[in-house]
Amino acid sequence: MDAILTLIAPFFRDLYETTGINFNVFYDPYQFKRFLIGAENSILLILAAILLSVIVGVAGAAIQQSRSTWLRWLVGGYIQLFRNTPPMVQLLFFYFGLGAYAPQVDMGGYYQPMVSAFGWAVIALGIFGGAFNVEIFRSGIEAVPKATLEAAESLGFKPWQTFVYFTLPLAFRICLPALTTNLVSLAKTTSLAYVISVPEMANMLNQVWSSTFNIPEMMAVLFCFYVGVVWLLAAFLHWLERRLRLRGYSK
Amino acid sequence: MQSIPDNSAVSLAASPSMVTVSIRDLHLSYGKLEVIKGVSLDIRRGEVVCIIGPSGSGKSTLIRCINGLTPFQSGSITVGDQQVGDAKLDKIRLRRKVGIVFQQYNLFPHKTALQNVMMAPLKVLKEPRAEVERRARELLAKVRLAGKEDSFPGELSGGQQQRVAIARSLAMRPEIMLFDEVTAALDPETVQEVLLTIRELAEDGMTCVLVTHEMAFAREVADHVYFTDGGKIVEHGPPEEIFGSPQDERTQRFLSRLL
Repeated sequence: MDAILTLIAPFFRDLYETTGINFNVFYDPYQFKRFLIGAENSILLILAAILLSVIVGVAGAAIQQSRSTWLRWLVGGYIQLFRNTPPMVQLLFFYFGLGAYAPQVDMGGYYQPMVSAFGWAVIALGIFGGAFNVEIFRSGIEAVPKATLEAAESLGFKPWQTFVYFTLPLAFRICLPALTTNLVSLAKTTSLAYVISVPEMANMLNQVWSSTFNIPEMMAVLFCFYVGVVWLLAAFLHWLERRLRLRGYSK
Repeated sequence: MQSIPDNSAVSLAASPSMVTVSIRDLHLSYGKLEVIKGVSLDIRRGEVVCIIGPSGSGKSTLIRCINGLTPFQSGSITVGDQQVGDAKLDKIRLRRKVGIVFQQYNLFPHKTALQNVMMAPLKVLKEPRAEVERRARELLAKVRLAGKEDSFPGELSGGQQQRVAIARSLAMRPEIMLFDEVTAALDPETVQEVLLTIRELAEDGMTCVLVTHEMAFAREVADHVYFTDGGKIVEHGPPEEIFGSPQDERTQRFLSRLL
C-alpha cells in the first residue's frame, strides 16, 4: 500500500499546490491511512452483510417450506418486522437497544462489549437484507417445476436431498436477477453503519474533511468509492448469472 | 422346516412367486372426484403390461400409485414383499425396485446427461463414483446416446432427453419399469427411437408397465393388455384378444376410433 502511495502522491501533491484541489488522502500518509481503514471496513462490511443475508434468506425460505405452521408464522413475522422498518432504525435498535444487554468481556482491567459496532452492523444489515432474501428465494423455490422434484422423489432422494441437490440450485438460478438487485441495494445500505460509529468509508472521510475542510473533494472520493465497489459487485453477480445459466434453454 | 404349499395345481401362470406387483380393489379420489374405482391386477416378473384407454380414465394415476408417488384411499398394492399403502413403507427401497419414466422427461436441467444418470446411484445408493460412472456410460451407450454424455438436457432433442430419462431410471437397477405416456410429447420420428429402447428392455426380460396411446406398439410388445375406462378395468387379456376381438362395447368403440 505504501508503494501505491509513493506512486500517486507526487501527482496529487502537485495538483493541490497548483490548483488548490486537495485530495490529501492520496498524498498525506496519515490521511491515506484513514482512507485505507475506511475502505477495508466498508468492503468487509459489505461482504459479511451479504454473506449473512444470503444464509438467513436460504434458511428462512427452507423453513417456509416446512409443514410446521408455527415455524412458517415465525418467519412471516420476521419478514414483516424487518422489511417494514428503516435499516437505520434497525442499526440503532441493535447497537443501542440490544447492545446494552450484550455480555462484556474482561480484557484484563477494562471491559469491552463482546459484539463490536462492526459486529452489530453485520448482524443488523444481514438480518435486514435477509428479510428480502427470504422472499426472493421463496419466489425462486416456488418457480421450480414440481415435476422435476417428483422425478427426484421417484429416484429415491430424501426430501432434504431433493431440496439441496435440486430445489436450491434451480431456485437460485431463477431468482438470481432479483437477488442481484437486493444485494446491490444492501451493499449501499452498509454506509448507514456510520450512525453506530463503524469506521467505514463515510465515517473515515468525515474525519478527514473535519480536520482539513476539503469537503467537496472528499465527497467526490466517497462517491467514486461506492461507484467502483458496487460496480464490481454487480459485475461479479452478472458473471455468476451468465455462468449458471441453464444451457440450451435460452440464448 | 415347514413345507411350502404346492399351488401348481391351481395355475402355473398365476404362481404367486411369479407375481411381482399385485393390486387389489384400488380406490382413489381427488376430493369428490373418484379417479380409480376398484382396480385389481397382477403383473408377473418379466412381463410387459400395457394399459390403454381414453384420457382421464385413471391410467397414469394407477401406475403412479405403484411407486408411491400418488397416495390412494383404499385397497392394496403389493410390490415384491412391500405393501405400498403401509404408513411405515421404506420408500427408498420401493423406488430402488420400481423405476418410472414420465411424459415430460423431467430431467435435471442443471446437470449433464451423464450427471443425470449418475446422481441417484451416487447420492441415494452411495455407490463408488468410478463404478457408477462406468455403468452410467454403458447405460447411455445402451440407449444410443454415446457421445452425448456432456450435453445438458436443454441441448438434446425430446427423444434424446427421454432416453436419458430411461437410462437415469435404469441406473438404479430396478426390477420393474413404469412408463407413463413416455412418447406422448414426441414427434412421430423420435417416438420410434424411444420405442426401440423400450422394446430392447422388454427383450432383456425387464418387467415393464406402459401407459400408452401407441396401439401398434402395445399390440407388438405387450404380453397382457388392460383397457381402462372411467376408473375401472373394462377388459383385459393377451393383445391378440383385446385388439383382435374385443368383447366389451366400450373397448370396441375406443379401438375403432383409433384405427
